[in-house]
Formats: sequence, C-alpha cells, structure tokens
Amino acid sequence: MTRLRRSRLTLALGLGLLAIVAAVGVSCLLGPQPISLRAALDGVEPDRAILFGLRLPRAALAAVVGFALAAAGTALQALLRNPLAEPFVLGVSGGAALGGTLVMLAAAGLSAVAGPAGALLGSAPPVAAGAVAGAVLSTFLVFGLGRIGGRLVPEAALLVGIVFNAFVAGVITLLKMLAPPDQAARLLYWLMGAIGYESPATLAAGTVLVLLSVGTLGLLSARLNLLTLGDEEAASLGVDVKRTRALVFFAASAATGAAVALAGMVGFVGLIVPHLVRRLVGPDHRLLLPASALFGAAFLVGADALARLAFLPLGTEPPVGAVTAFLGGPFFLWLLRRQAREHDEATT
Amino acid sequence: MSPHRLHGPPWPDPIVEVRAARHAYGQRVAVDGVSFTAREGEFVGLLGPNGAGKSTLIRLVAGLLSPSAGTVRLAGFDPHAAPRRLVARLCALVPQEPRLDWPFTVREVVMMGRSAHQGLLGVAGRDDLGAVEGALTACDLVHLAGRRVTALSGGERRRVFFARALAQEPRVLLLDEPTAFLDLAHQVAAMEMARLAARGGLCVVAVLHDLNLAAAACDRLVAMRAGRVVAEGPPGEVLTEERVRDVWGVPVWRGENGATGATVVLPNVGSHAR
Repeated sequence: MTRLRRSRLTLALGLGLLAIVAAVGVSCLLGPQPISLRAALDGVEPDRAILFGLRLPRAALAAVVGFALAAAGTALQALLRNPLAEPFVLGVSGGAALGGTLVMLAAAGLSAVAGPAGALLGSAPPVAAGAVAGAVLSTFLVFGLGRIGGRLVPEAALLVGIVFNAFVAGVITLLKMLAPPDQAARLLYWLMGAIGYESPATLAAGTVLVLLSVGTLGLLSARLNLLTLGDEEAASLGVDVKRTRALVFFAASAATGAAVALAGMVGFVGLIVPHLVRRLVGPDHRLLLPASALFGAAFLVGADALARLAFLPLGTEPPVGAVTAFLGGPFFLWLLRRQAREHDEATT
Repeated sequence: MSPHRLHGPPWPDPIVEVRAARHAYGQRVAVDGVSFTAREGEFVGLLGPNGAGKSTLIRLVAGLLSPSAGTVRLAGFDPHAAPRRLVARLCALVPQEPRLDWPFTVREVVMMGRSAHQGLLGVAGRDDLGAVEGALTACDLVHLAGRRVTALSGGERRRVFFARALAQEPRVLLLDEPTAFLDLAHQVAAMEMARLAARGGLCVVAVLHDLNLAAAACDRLVAMRAGRVVAEGPPGEVLTEERVRDVWGVPVWRGENGATGATVVLPNVGSHAR
C-alpha cells in the first residue's frame, strides 16, 4: 500500500466516522421532545433518560445494522461481479428472516408444552442464531442455483435471489397464520424492518457478531479485488478461490443475519451505499469495504431519523425499511438500466 | 541446458513437463494423451484449429484444471495440487479476454500481479513497487498508469494484462491468444513482448492462430488437432504444406519471407483444389 493510498484510506475512514457522528448527533437531538445536550449530560431528567435511554441506543442499533448491511453488500457485489448484488435483493435477508421466524414459531409451539423452555428458545440469541443460519443457507442456495454449467452467472444468481425472496415472503405469510396472535404481532413488527429498542445485551451481542464478520471481510478485502476479475484469473494470481469465496459467503451471511435479527428486513442499504462510496474512493476493496461500512452506519442512522421525524405531525412513524425501500427501489432500477445501457454500448 | 539455471532455484529442466495428459469436460474429451515440454528461455507456439485442446493444455499447466490421466509438472510441482500462491509465483496466465468489470487503474491492475508475493492485505513493499514500475516500463504503460482500465482501448488493455503477468515475476508465462482482436501493429508488438520475455529467460507458451506470426516469432511450434499433438519442432519443419492441409483442412502455399527467412504459409483462397 503506497503512501498515497494510505492517506486516501485515512481520509475516507475519517469522512465516514464524521458522517456517523453527524447522523447520530442529528438523530439524538431531534425528536418530538426537544432535549438539551448539556442538560442530558448534567443528568437532568427527562433529557438524560431520553438521550441515553431511547435515542442513543436506537441510533447505535441503526449504526450497527447499516454497518453490517453495507459491508455485506460490498462483499456480495465483489463475488457476483455486479453492483446490483445486495443482501436483500439476493434473498439473503429473506433467508435470515425465515430462519428467525422458524425459531420463533418453534419457541411458541414449545412454550405450549413446556413454558420456560419455550421462552428460552424464543429469546434473542436463538432467534439470531436462526437468522444467521437462514442467511448462510440461502446464500449458498442462491449462489449454487446461480451456477450454470459450473460457472457463476451473475444475472441468473440475481434472478434466483429475487424469486427466492418472493418465495420466502410467501412462506413467512403462511407461517404467520400458524402463530398465536401475540407471536404474530411480534413477528410482524420484527419483519417490517423497524429500528426499535433492543436490550443492551442483545445490542452488544449483535455488535460483536457484526464486528467479527465485517472484520473477516476486511481481512479478505485484497482477495476480493482479485475475485472481481473472475475465478480463473483470481486462481492464477494465487487465490485459493473456493476457500476464499466460502469464507466471504459465510462472513457476509453472518453480518446480514445479525442485521436482520436486530432490525428485520431493511433493504437496499447494501446497494445504495457501496455504489456511492465507490464513486468516492474507487473500486479497491481495501478502501471500499471499510468506508462503505462506516457510511452505511451513517446512512441508516440518518434514514431512521428521517423515518422518525418525517411523519411527526401525524403522530406516527414508518419502519426504516420503508424509507430504504422508497429510496432503494428506484435506485436499483436506475442502476439496472444504466448497466444494461453500458453493456449495450460495449457490445455494439 | 539454459544458462538461466545458474540464477534462482534449480528448477527441473524442462520446467514444464506434461506426460500423456487427458482431460474431458463432461463427455467431451479436450486433451487426450498429450505429452508436451517447454524450457526456460524458449518461446513455444501452440497451434491448431478451434477445439484442438490448446487452451485446455495451458490450463492444465497453470493448474486450473487437473488431468484425469497422465501427469503435469510445473517446476517439479503438480500445479493443480500445489498451493495457489506457490503456483502463482512460478506461472502467470494472460487470459484471452480478461474481465474488466470494475474501474481499477492500470497501476492497480498491474499491482494485482504481486498478490502472491504479498501478505493478506496486499501491502506493497519495495520489491513490489519495483516490479510494477519495471512491468509498466516494459509494456510502455507508464503514461497510462493512472488511467482506469475500463477506459482503455483493446490493445492497451492487452498490454496491461501482459504487464500484470510480468509483475508476477513468474518463470513460466502462458498466453492465451495474445493477438486476438488486435490490429496488425498491436499483434506484432504483442509477439515482440512475448519474444523479449523469452529472451529474458522466461519459458513462454502462447496459444496462437496466426501461423505466420507464430512462425516468425516462436522458437518452436507444437501443432494440435482433436486433443492430440500431431507435430512439433522448429517452425519450418512443422508448417509444411501437407501438414497444414492435414491439420487445418486448408491447402496452402508455403514459402519464405525474403527479408527474415521465416516460414510463410498462405491459403490458396479461390482454388478449391485439394
């Protein structure tokens, strides 16, 4: 890494951290109940309780989820060699949601027979484990079915992911009908992609899992550069392609699973953020991956603040997943059409 | 024995040794009992019609495929079983149509050739920077070093990927149709670079379609057809009228370049005599 690159890395990461601080600041200070930062720091109630009990944990949760989703999106785009890849679009988030749902329903069923055991299974860690397992399995499924004649066909994998997503949504709707009413409500709230209020222990555990998996992706970022060239070239440049790809799959799925466990289905963060950050820092994943993760955190904190504040006069708020889908849907179509146009120009 | 064996580790001679190798893609047998050797300092041209097994043969040498029968040795190692990093230090492959989906700069792409010499995060040391500068200079790319590869012409891109292979500092350089889709000047330039690399002590093996370029630039030609080697030797011995007709099914006139003495074959277009 040259000195120039190191200074670019410092600049990109510095800007990313700055963006997080700004977004968290906005998110914490704005709301239906105006608070004073000084009063909160001095321990004056209710300012202190609102800041440290509600707004800061919520911003932290949004930051962790955005960090995970943007990093996972960046890694999946490198593997698929396509900027349209994203945990939500590829059905990885859907698989995680299905995994978590199955654990929740099993817990509901178990508590009818053995109450305490059911409650234990329905608590946050097993549901999160189910989400991670669901994410890992669906990643392997989508990328497996996206191989045609032994070669990964990016367009096929994307289509498989989109279909898998619709399939999973149907399965979850069916499962919801089987759930007892209180579980169904919990499920519904979780799946719609809302940044809520998790217990500190859950938030801490999720953060550790996200940092571990994104850290793994960071260590593999130089290999990701080579994988964007194609399997054969990466192999001839010295990459153990199968092992590296399996590790990336696993880490990206774990990050997605943790994000889904914490906040449900929040789509398109991994699409929008890496694309914009790539314009800023270029395609080198050693810069792109950490910078995307940081800007992803800032992005989701900002989007959640927007969701919280935009409908304030109506006394209601949409889940942040609705905001990201509102931004991400058109963005996906714009990227798709631009890519198709470039491809068209390249072949004619 | 090549004088280059005095430098570096004592590689076996020949450095590339394929014995009775066979490889099939499903039912289709691509290479069937091929034996092939190549030495350091030598520029070998692999010729043959489409589907003859040329690309499969160099992929076997690069360790990207494994033979279902027979053996492949690269500097004494089995390139399919050896660690990829080790193989990448011994052997570079320039693919026919390199992928260029992301807008990396020329220097970044050439630096990727150093991966097998670097740690996990690819932090460049003095050796890496030196090898990259050397490769950029050798391929006349210094003025393009900061440009995005996606914005280059076809000929310039080929040079970038050739430079990446040089930066890899391999002992064996495999080129899959290095002249495809290039205009005449760029074809000649590509062959000159390959020749220069061989003179510098590398073992260079290129899949080629242009018989005259191959005859002019290569030290030795290997002709393949239907998964088998049908002839090998100096260009003048391999490219006879009879053999070209047998292998490619095309009647040719064979002569000599008056300026260089290289063998020239020209298809008898228009006369359908066989």
